[in-house]
Amino acid sequence: MTTALSITKNIHDWLFSTMPEGVASIVEMTLIALVYLGIFSVAGLFLVLMERRVAAWFQLRIGPNRVGFQGLLQTMADALKLLSKELTGTVKADKFLYNLAPYFVIISSLMALAVIPFTKDFHAFDINIGIFFLIAISSIGVIGILLGGWSSNNKFALIGAMRSGVQTISYELSIGLSLLTMVLITETLQLSEIVEVQKNGWLIVQGHIPAIIAFMIFMIAGTAETNRAPFDMAEAESELGAGFHTEYSGMKFAYFFLAEFINMFIIAAIAATVFFGGWLSPFGITESIPLLGVFWFLAKTLTLVFLMMWFRWTFPRLRVDQLLTLEWKYLLPINLVNIVIMAAVVWLNLTINF
Amino acid sequence: MSYFSDIYNGIKTLLTGMRVTGKYFLTSRKGAITQQYPDNRETLKMFDRFRGEVIMPHDEENQHRCTGCQKCEIACPNGTIEIIWDRGIDEETGKKKKKIDQFVYHLSMCTMCGLCIDVCPTDAIEWGQNFENSVYDRAALTRVLNEPGSKLMPGVED
Ligand code: SF4
Ligand code: SF4
Repeated sequence: MTTALSITKNIHDWLFSTMPEGVASIVEMTLIALVYLGIFSVAGLFLVLMERRVAAWFQLRIGPNRVGFQGLLQTMADALKLLSKELTGTVKADKFLYNLAPYFVIISSLMALAVIPFTKDFHAFDINIGIFFLIAISSIGVIGILLGGWSSNNKFALIGAMRSGVQTISYELSIGLSLLTMVLITETLQLSEIVEVQKNGWLIVQGHIPAIIAFMIFMIAGTAETNRAPFDMAEAESELGAGFHTEYSGMKFAYFFLAEFINMFIIAAIAATVFFGGWLSPFGITESIPLLGVFWFLAKTLTLVFLMMWFRWTFPRLRVDQLLTLEWKYLLPINLVNIVIMAAVVWLNLTINF
Repeated sequence: MSYFSDIYNGIKTLLTGMRVTGKYFLTSRKGAITQQYPDNRETLKMFDRFRGEVIMPHDEENQHRCTGCQKCEIACPNGTIEIIWDRGIDEETGKKKKKIDQFVYHLSMCTMCGLCIDVCPTDAIEWGQNFENSVYDRAALTRVLNEPGSKLMPGVED
């Protein structure tokens, strides 16, 4: 943990001065974990609210606006309601896996959240294989979904889980390849350095045409990764009840639900970091105040989140075969060609640098 | 080469869709169809075609158009309408004539099917737009639609 933000640095120094090193680092890790859990729940609840309001506006409705100012506390109230609800289960469920599944899902999204740089040095886990780690971690979430669908002993849940597996395994490829396209420019996998590279212009400008294609592919594949409409076949309310979480209730359902929204946030955050300069301000206008980086980062991320919501409330759901056609016949070949183009661009120094 | 034109058409149609919903998003503040009901109780006006209840309009002289033919009572599939009729003396001709005493309407049994309104030969009954029909005692849902002392509008029977 590198901490140049003065508050965290002071806490860090204080901890290490009062305790032996081993204890101090454990305490520090716990504190960071708590902070991230806080971010996780607040961001999740806020995104659910945002989704509901945005969906309402797209459908010419008003949306929740009663609990708190403009409905700000609505999702909090919903979460409290879910907490107080009974946890039901099926009699013939595989109890162990059934209870384990939600934790797989939220732990994987929390781990992904840890490597995302919120601003300069506000970064829990800055490893040098950041992007690789993200790609790897984001495929673990699907295990939770598969387990949940399998163990609840319900055919709708099982079909939903299987579809989710098919979908995630296919689109994982596009996510990885489109990010690799950008890694060709940055020459590093470390997220903090990827942001540094963009001081001479955001990657979507630096890489111009291939970068824009990569961005489009990343957004499509990212939407599919998070099982959101138009790729929400894992849940497909009109066909499968609620899909893989049909049998879950109360807080376990809320875990799935929150994790889905956090995953959307993560995809948008990766896109903002890799394509739009993360916490860098446009033209470096607030470069001297690193704390404002959080603002720029969130502004970019929420814009992309909004884009994904726009997709969701515009496009109809795909069929399974259409889904696979889109990935294997269109996105993947385009992506491979795109990598070659990007390699040529980088090799011939055709990138745009300010 | 249909591969590339497919991609082009796909992107184009998706953008068209996003333009439409985007326009909705921007205008949603003004165009929202949601009614925030108890707040706008005073100003809320139901659509003309809304079926709230069956009413019998009366004019200024407390006259209605119901002749007491009982067609609506027969047409109603639920037995919602009960017409209590009487024989009175027609002032002009001096003959005995059927007239309604009470047009009893059980709102609690009405399915708003509209058959009674369709069948009435003199258009004596029509849809009312009132929707606040909840009461604490279901007896309050049994209504007499003709006003006390009302009589048939002259010329309706011709
Ligand atoms: S609307 Fe239908 S149910 Fe109601 S009174 Fe008329 S005929 Fe009967
Ligand atoms: S309301 Fe119409 S159909 Fe019913 S008794 Fe009166 S005139 Fe006849």
